[in-house]
Amino acid sequence: MIEWNKHSLLDLRELNKEEIEMVLETAKSLKEVSLREVKKVPALRGKTVVLLFFESSTRTRTSFELAAKRLSADTINIAVNNSAMSKGESVLDTARNLEAMNVDMIVVRHACAGVPNLLAQNLKTSIVNAGDGCREHPTQALLDLFTIKEKLGRIEGLKVGIVGDILHSRVARSNIMGFTKLGAEVTVCGPSTLMPPGIESTGVKVTYNVLELIEQCDVLMVLRIQQERQRDKYLPSIREYARMFGINKEKLRHAKKDILIMHPGPTNRGVELSAEVADGEYSVILDQVANGLAIRMAVLYLLLGTHGKAPAGE
Amino acid sequence: MSLWIKNAIIVNADKISRKPQDIFIEAGFIKKITASSDTPQTLSKGGAVNSIDAQGKLVMPGFIDMHVHLRQPGREDKETIETGSRAAAKGGFTTVMCMPNTNPVIDNGMIVKAILDEAQRVGLVNVIPIGAITRGQKNEELSDMFELKEAGCRALSDDGKSVVNSQLMRLAMEYARMAEVLLIEHCQDPNLSGCGVMNEGRTSTLLGLKGDPGVSETVIVARDIELAHYLNTRIHLAHISLKRSVELIRFAKSQGIRVTAEAAPHHFTLTEEAHESFDTNTKVNPPLRTKEDVEAIKEALKDGTIDCIATDHAPHTEEDKEADFDHAPFGMIGLETAVGLVITELVDPKIISWAQMVERMSAAPARITGLCHKGEISEGKEADITVIDPHREWEVRRQDFVSKSKNSPFIGRTLKGCVEATICQGRVVYQREGVPGL
Amino acid sequence: MNPPIKIMDKESMRRALMRIAHEILEKNKGVEDLCVIGIRTRGAVLAERIQGYIKQIEGLDVPVGVLDITLYRDDLTLVATQPVIHETLIHFDITNKRVILVDDVLFTGRTIRAALDALIDFGRPATIQLAVLMDRGHRELPIRADYVGKNIPTSLDQDVQVILGETDQQEDEVVIQNKHKV
Repeated sequence: MIEWNKHSLLDLRELNKEEIEMVLETAKSLKEVSLREVKKVPALRGKTVVLLFFESSTRTRTSFELAAKRLSADTINIAVNNSAMSKGESVLDTARNLEAMNVDMIVVRHACAGVPNLLAQNLKTSIVNAGDGCREHPTQALLDLFTIKEKLGRIEGLKVGIVGDILHSRVARSNIMGFTKLGAEVTVCGPSTLMPPGIESTGVKVTYNVLELIEQCDVLMVLRIQQERQRDKYLPSIREYARMFGINKEKLRHAKKDILIMHPGPTNRGVELSAEVADGEYSVILDQVANGLAIRMAVLYLLLGTHGKAPAGE
Repeated sequence: MSLWIKNAIIVNADKISRKPQDIFIEAGFIKKITASSDTPQTLSKGGAVNSIDAQGKLVMPGFIDMHVHLRQPGREDKETIETGSRAAAKGGFTTVMCMPNTNPVIDNGMIVKAILDEAQRVGLVNVIPIGAITRGQKNEELSDMFELKEAGCRALSDDGKSVVNSQLMRLAMEYARMAEVLLIEHCQDPNLSGCGVMNEGRTSTLLGLKGDPGVSETVIVARDIELAHYLNTRIHLAHISLKRSVELIRFAKSQGIRVTAEAAPHHFTLTEEAHESFDTNTKVNPPLRTKEDVEAIKEALKDGTIDCIATDHAPHTEEDKEADFDHAPFGMIGLETAVGLVITELVDPKIISWAQMVERMSAAPARITGLCHKGEISEGKEADITVIDPHREWEVRRQDFVSKSKNSPFIGRTLKGCVEATICQGRVVYQREGVPGL
Repeated sequence: MNPPIKIMDKESMRRALMRIAHEILEKNKGVEDLCVIGIRTRGAVLAERIQGYIKQIEGLDVPVGVLDITLYRDDLTLVATQPVIHETLIHFDITNKRVILVDDVLFTGRTIRAALDALIDFGRPATIQLAVLMDRGHRELPIRADYVGKNIPTSLDQDVQVILGETDQQEDEVVIQNKHKV
């Protein structure tokens, strides 16, 4: 296996195939730790991980926190309400203050794309992107890859469909990066107003016909649709969205027998995904959650090993 | 006071002197130009006059920047008339026109006068305020255009945003025609540009940044061209950034519509890919576009579809620029890098000639704004002169900027061609360290 | 660099492991509650073999597991890049079991310390006994083996390499070699 030399995880765009596979392999070994009676190993004893969340999040933050704790790292939670953030202190100021206290890693989520990069360029601390605006959510894509590999044994050659608000989805972008690097064929599907311009240049196909998509794909990734999209006029109504793009049993009638239905959560049941399907035989939504923990343990373990190194390329 | 520029190869928009010339300046005007060989011996032995030896240099009419932000009044932490004047002089500009989006907005004669007084006190370059088209740049009612003109404005603009309301723009153009003052439009439909922070397209999709589609610029370009045609008046379009805009302007000009346009150096040197590093110093409005657009802007500067080069010098503090990409303010400084970029990217690759450089940076802006004593080196004209070393290479360094702000994405770049001396109204207002003379 | 010296061949390795299997059965009076856990990578192979010999002798299967001690290493903060983690496979409860911990070479004792910590996290065994193929001395911790294939005095600038068919695609042997000197 290759040697890991990344100090921060900013996006899947910067990872190559071998590095992605290394995270997946490491996660596979680490998954067992959570099944033990004593769910804790001393690997990251004495390390401090700060969870700096400028956007609210329950599952991602909990997942990172548990991952850190299972590896014996200390964690600190800082939830910053963006609107309440005083104008005087920038995100970089906040992070610099944390670094002054010698923390080893900052896991950051922010509503603006590129904030993890801004921190990584200016700090020596390891930075993990836990979601930046509409750009990337690398650990989500890694856990999705892991789940598919676990269930289907491979990524290469699979047909993957991503349905929903592609324009605003960091999950979609990270997954497109990950899947295409590992040799899957990705098709994105959603309302034309929520399809980002030039998305084809990332190597994906675009369709507006969800039934056609369902028929051919091995994996169907359903994205969360935000209620605000109606207010922002991207959609005539959420009701019409559900009718056209919502995944239900009826639409899945033409699906392959062993199709996997995935969702990054939290689901709007009855909107993008019917309850039947979310809890049904094809759904691997809870596996995704379980695997998220293993993936984040792997990321923490790998990144915190390359201690004291300056960020690559700086 | 008199000044003598020796051995000058004079570059005018229409002519380059074949043999070295000597330029004699008195009381702020060019009094006499003679072939250097004809200069009386008594003078060349050194007399009472100050002299600059321009041997091996190009001597051009002082550059005129129709589009700068000097931030005073309101944001003196970013730039002042004094620091901006110094940056202009260092960049070879003898005249700068400062945009009215200050606090308070330049929308009445008092503020115009205050700026002119301060520029006078600083006494480096000509500073000509641009007044607002609408009071407070609020897009609601016209500003008092006659008052602004009398106070010293030659042009009006709501720069930073378009006059969105088409009826209001129509009235502004009609009224400005009567007041004989130029209108400069910032072309951007705010409903289309939304919260966009970069050009909408493949790269914005990849970077997850909100896109401002090019069409937000072109719809206003097209509208203003149509208004100018309908009202039989003229309009100047600021910082054109798109191939489509260039095509619209080219068409308008072919129809005889009186439209003029400018382009900023960053729009013919950088593409949207500069945002890949999330460097907020690359964040500008209108945004950096694609390679195709950059090529079209260069072509337009070559064929004259775009009349002039203006920097859109927009200083911002490091604190403000250190924000995330969404929240960092738009703009980059440009006065001190413009000449280097124009020579490196346009003249050196032979896209435009030296004479065309003078046309785009001095003669055209003088003509567009009615500065009839500027834009040319000839006897009787104002003695605004820039001396260029066409070969000298230099690195853009943060610490070398005299502007109060340092927000330049060009830091670290090596540029060819540099300003040796700047003379404004017969006075040397800038001379590069190590240049002999005086 | 001197050529490697062979200190154990395939046949003597088989005899040593068979003897260890006998000793384990003798000391524990049979296979009741017995399990064998090998430390990755070569300890795991040796554990499989010992389990095989026990079956040959007693005709009974004892559970066998594999332990990856990477996450318990005490030098994680010292290495430049994180060592690769492999799966730990212990599919049985070790509480109240007699655990035979198997490794190829006993040296400083630090690996065994990590393994003991890991095992304690899996449960509370009745006893943990240590079986190693080679004991080369130089202990840095108070640890000793219960079953030793061969004691071999070494110097610190030597490497002891256990080569096994399963992992190295080469006939079983143990060699001793001087380390590369710069």
